[in-house]
Amino acid sequence: MGEKRYVCSVCGYVYDPAKGDPNNNIPPGTKFEDLPDSWVCPVCGASKDQFIEE
Amino acid sequence: MTFKAVEIAKDVYWVGAIDWPLSDFHGYTTYRGSTYNAYLVVGDEVILVDTVKKHLFKEMVKRIASVIPLEKIDYVISNHAEMDHSGALVELLKYAKPKAIIASQMGAKNLKMQLHNLPEITVVKDGEEKILGGIKFKFIETRMLHWPDSMFTWLPEREILFSQDAFGMHYAVSKIFVDENDRHTVEWEMAYYYANILMPYSNLVLKLLERVEALGIKPKIIASDHGPIFRGNDVTWAIQLYRKFALQEPSKRAIIVYDTMWGSTELMAKAIADGIVSEKVEAVLLPLSKTKRSDVATEILYSGAIIVGSPTINNTLFPSLADVLTYLFGLRPQNKIGAVFGSYGWSGEATKQLVEYLEKMKIPIIGEVKCQFVPDDEKLRECFELGVKVARELKNICGEKQNG
Ligand SMILES: [Fe+2]
Ligand SMILES: [Fe+2]
Repeated sequence: MGEKRYVCSVCGYVYDPAKGDPNNNIPPGTKFEDLPDSWVCPVCGASKDQFIEE
Repeated sequence: MTFKAVEIAKDVYWVGAIDWPLSDFHGYTTYRGSTYNAYLVVGDEVILVDTVKKHLFKEMVKRIASVIPLEKIDYVISNHAEMDHSGALVELLKYAKPKAIIASQMGAKNLKMQLHNLPEITVVKDGEEKILGGIKFKFIETRMLHWPDSMFTWLPEREILFSQDAFGMHYAVSKIFVDENDRHTVEWEMAYYYANILMPYSNLVLKLLERVEALGIKPKIIASDHGPIFRGNDVTWAIQLYRKFALQEPSKRAIIVYDTMWGSTELMAKAIADGIVSEKVEAVLLPLSKTKRSDVATEILYSGAIIVGSPTINNTLFPSLADVLTYLFGLRPQNKIGAVFGSYGWSGEATKQLVEYLEKMKIPIIGEVKCQFVPDDEKLRECFELGVKVARELKNICGEKQNG
C-alpha cells in the first residue's frame, strides 16, 4: 500500500497508482514507474517526464 | 475622443477592443467577429486585467486613457497567457511601468515563452489573495480551462469574476452586456465557443463549478475575455448553461457528417437520415463541402450520435473527413454512439479508416454500410435500417438516462 502519487507539472493532474488510469487501459495498482513510456497525462497530454512526485 | 472606456461597475471599466472583421480564429470560423476584453480597476491604485490582441493595442490604450493616463497603471494581471489576451502586453510596457505583472505559475512560464523580454513576473498561488489599490483580489487557478496558465480573478467585495476565456464567446458587440443583446445569439455563440474551446475539459469544468460554489463565489458580474458581460440573473443562466454543456448528456439527435464524389455517399446519408427520422429522432446532415469544422464541433455537442460517411479516393478516405475527425478527436466528445458508411469504386478502404477514427475516440460503433458504386433500392434500404438502428439505440440510451 501507499505507492507514491505523481503530479503533472503542466496541469496539476494527480496520478494515483491505487486508481490507475482505466480510461487508458492502465489498471488500478499500476505504479507510476511501471506506466509505459507512451503514457501521457489524461488531462493535458503532457509526457511522463513532466510528472513530479507529490 | 474616440474609443472610450465603458464603466461596467463602480470603478471597473471595460477597456478592450472589438474585432469586427475577424472571421477565422485559429481555424474556428467566427461568424460574428469577436472582442478581446481588458478591464481596468481603479482604486487607490490602478489595475489592468488582461490585454488585447497585438494589432488592437491602440484601441485598448485609447480606452484606458479615457479613464487615466497610461503611466498610472500599477499592476497588470494576466489571467490567460494566450496571445489574444497577452499580445499587447509588450507594447503596453513601453508606455506603462507597472509595479508588477501578476500571473499564475504556469502563466509566468507561458508568457515568457510567447513574449520575449518581459520583466520579472509576480507569481500568485492558487487561492492567494492580494489587496491592490485597497481592493481585495483573489486568484483561482483554472488549469486546462483552457490552458495550463488559465486563472480566474475574483473581486469578493465587488462580486465581480474575471473569468478569461471561460464563459466567453466570439461575438463582436457594441452593447457590452448580455441583456442588451439577442439572447438566442448569445446562447448559440456560447455553445459554439464551449464546443470548440472547452469541450475537451468538460470534467474539469464540472469540478470548477463545484469549487466556485464551495468557495462561496456568487458573482454579480461575470466578465470574460470575449464577447458581452453577464450581470444579474444572467450569471446563474450562464453557469447553468455551462453545467449543461459540460455534462454532455446524450440527446435524441444524430448528425451525419459526410462528403461525396459522385453523389452516392450523399444518397446513403439521406437514406440513413430517413431511417432516423422514421423513428422520430432528429437527423442533421452536415455535408463537408459546406460545413466548417468548428460547426461540426457544436453540432456534436448537441447530439447523441455521430454517423460518418466517406467515399474512397485512391484507397483512402476523403481529406475533408480526416480534417474534421482529427479535430473532433482533440475535442474528446463524450457519451456519443457512432456508425459509418460510404460508397467506393473498387477497393473501399474509407469505411475501415472511419471505424479506426471512431474507435480512437472511444465511440461505440452501432453499424456500418458499404456500397460499391451507386446504391440501388436494396442498398438504400440497408442505409435506412442503419438509421433506424442508431435511432432506436439513442432512444434506448436517452430513455435509460431519464428513468435512472
Ligand atoms: Fe484562450
Ligand atoms: Fe481567448
